[in-house]
Amino acid sequence: MSELYTKTLTEMAGLLQSREVTVAEAVKDCLDRIEATEPTVKALITVMSDEALKQAEVMDQEGPDASKPLWGVPIVLKDLLVTKGTRTTCGSKILENFVPFYDGTAVVRLRKAGAVIIGKANMDEFAMGSSTENSAFFQTSNPWDADCVPGGSSGGSGATVAAGQCFAALGTDTGGSIRLPASFCGIVGLKPTYGRVSRFGLIAYGSSLDQIGPMTRSVEDSARILQVLAGHDPNDSTSVDVPVPDYLVGLGRNSLEGTTIGLPEEYWGKGLDNEVEAACKAAIAKAEALGAKTVPVKMALTDYAIATYYIIAMAEASSNLSRFDGVRFGHRNKDAEELIDMYTSSRTEGFGDEVQRRIIMGTYVLSSGYYDAYYNKAAKVRRLLREDFEKAFEQCDIIAGPVCPTTAFKAGDKADPLQMYLMDIFTISANLAGLPGMSLPVGLGGDSGMPVGLQFMGPAFSEAEMLSVADCLERNLEPMPMAKL
Amino acid sequence: MKITPEEVAKVAKLSRLDLPKEKLELFAGQLGDILGYMEKLGELDTDNVDPMYSPVQHTTVLRKDELKKDYTREEVLSNAPEQDGKFFIVPKIV
Repeated sequence: MSELYTKTLTEMAGLLQSREVTVAEAVKDCLDRIEATEPTVKALITVMSDEALKQAEVMDQEGPDASKPLWGVPIVLKDLLVTKGTRTTCGSKILENFVPFYDGTAVVRLRKAGAVIIGKANMDEFAMGSSTENSAFFQTSNPWDADCVPGGSSGGSGATVAAGQCFAALGTDTGGSIRLPASFCGIVGLKPTYGRVSRFGLIAYGSSLDQIGPMTRSVEDSARILQVLAGHDPNDSTSVDVPVPDYLVGLGRNSLEGTTIGLPEEYWGKGLDNEVEAACKAAIAKAEALGAKTVPVKMALTDYAIATYYIIAMAEASSNLSRFDGVRFGHRNKDAEELIDMYTSSRTEGFGDEVQRRIIMGTYVLSSGYYDAYYNKAAKVRRLLREDFEKAFEQCDIIAGPVCPTTAFKAGDKADPLQMYLMDIFTISANLAGLPGMSLPVGLGGDSGMPVGLQFMGPAFSEAEMLSVADCLERNLEPMPMAKL
Repeated sequence: MKITPEEVAKVAKLSRLDLPKEKLELFAGQLGDILGYMEKLGELDTDNVDPMYSPVQHTTVLRKDELKKDYTREEVLSNAPEQDGKFFIVPKIV
């Protein structure tokens, strides 16, 4: 069978179960595609060829297992999900040689479902960035235009899926890090409700914001992965013990009759590029034609979300990253003769600029004289932001707006850190409130020819409804082509 | 908002980072811009608002106090820059 890489995960899982394609063929096809496209895309820090081929051979001998929904499907992981025996760098020099001795819960769940892990994807160092330019190793390119960034921080995950190197990837989203690269690369990205997916084995950035989620070439693929990932984990006390619904049962509907979509004025106003506005508006018009009702809603605090988010994220980062001290794992400066010098020189050598900037900012906003003015103030605004969402959801079932004011920008275009932070304006509120959000590709920008993503946000644990709406819209829009590589 | 390179150096030291002069100056400018931007939160009245530190509002989660061996000593030491098979080794402390 030719051009397997154009298949969705759902199609591929079916072909593997029916033995029309062997696991070895699926893996080899991905490895061939990686070889052909990596020189341009540079999405992967580690390619796990040997492990994947060995696993494929064993699986082909045993034969398909219908109880495993991802049996034989090649999948890529963002390189901050720890993998037993496989280097996990977090995009940082400080973890360049870190080989974990356990799998994170999301990885365990994927493996139990039969997935074959074939690589670890590039990312902004410690997930701090919106373009993947902050990787300590190399810059990933957007498969649609190699001069453009793939978005970030899960840029490698977005690019690898868009380039057809695998059938799905996991990303993580602290302030938009799944949805932004999904939007820039023209794929589907889902950030689940905070607590829906265990964070055990995810190298932490902002612990009250981080969530793991799927990045795929279709909404149905996204639902299949979430089904595997979702659920309580005793190893993560913030993973909530609420029942996991069937995410597939609501797919395939032909109408959006009965669904009310809220359109926040603040998301559809000034600052939005014309081509993004046009593509997103056309998708909303399609939703209306399918029977959805749209209502304007207010998200009055949108303008304050970036400030709130960066204070909280940097504060959490500064405490989370204090574990990198050169003692138990990671880089150590071997010349330091005294303990404090060893900590300081190891961290100074190991962390890149953006990480250092955020650690310093985080330490500043948590320091005794400034704690109330910054961190505590931000935590209060965070509650107000969530109340804004609660009020909006009294009027609608789901909120829709653009993922980002622009399509993918050129590498090097946002050298000023604050300018880069402003890219997250539409995505961070969902993280602050802990709500699910997703990016659905809705076409190509009229000026740039680059993908545009429409964002959905819903009440806590409403992923099933969100996937159902997105799937209906996806099937009724022009099919999203794959990037030509 | 203005942040001096000396202030950055002080916070960097608390964060166990040691930055060269040029970087202290660069960061001072950038952090001043970022903190200046963050001051817009001061426009909001939050006097009677409870801070929200996490989206999951739960009481402390407890589990049974049962002995469990998840990992071996060898595994836990496997990434240490320096170890002797039993302990992590660090430079002298005092």
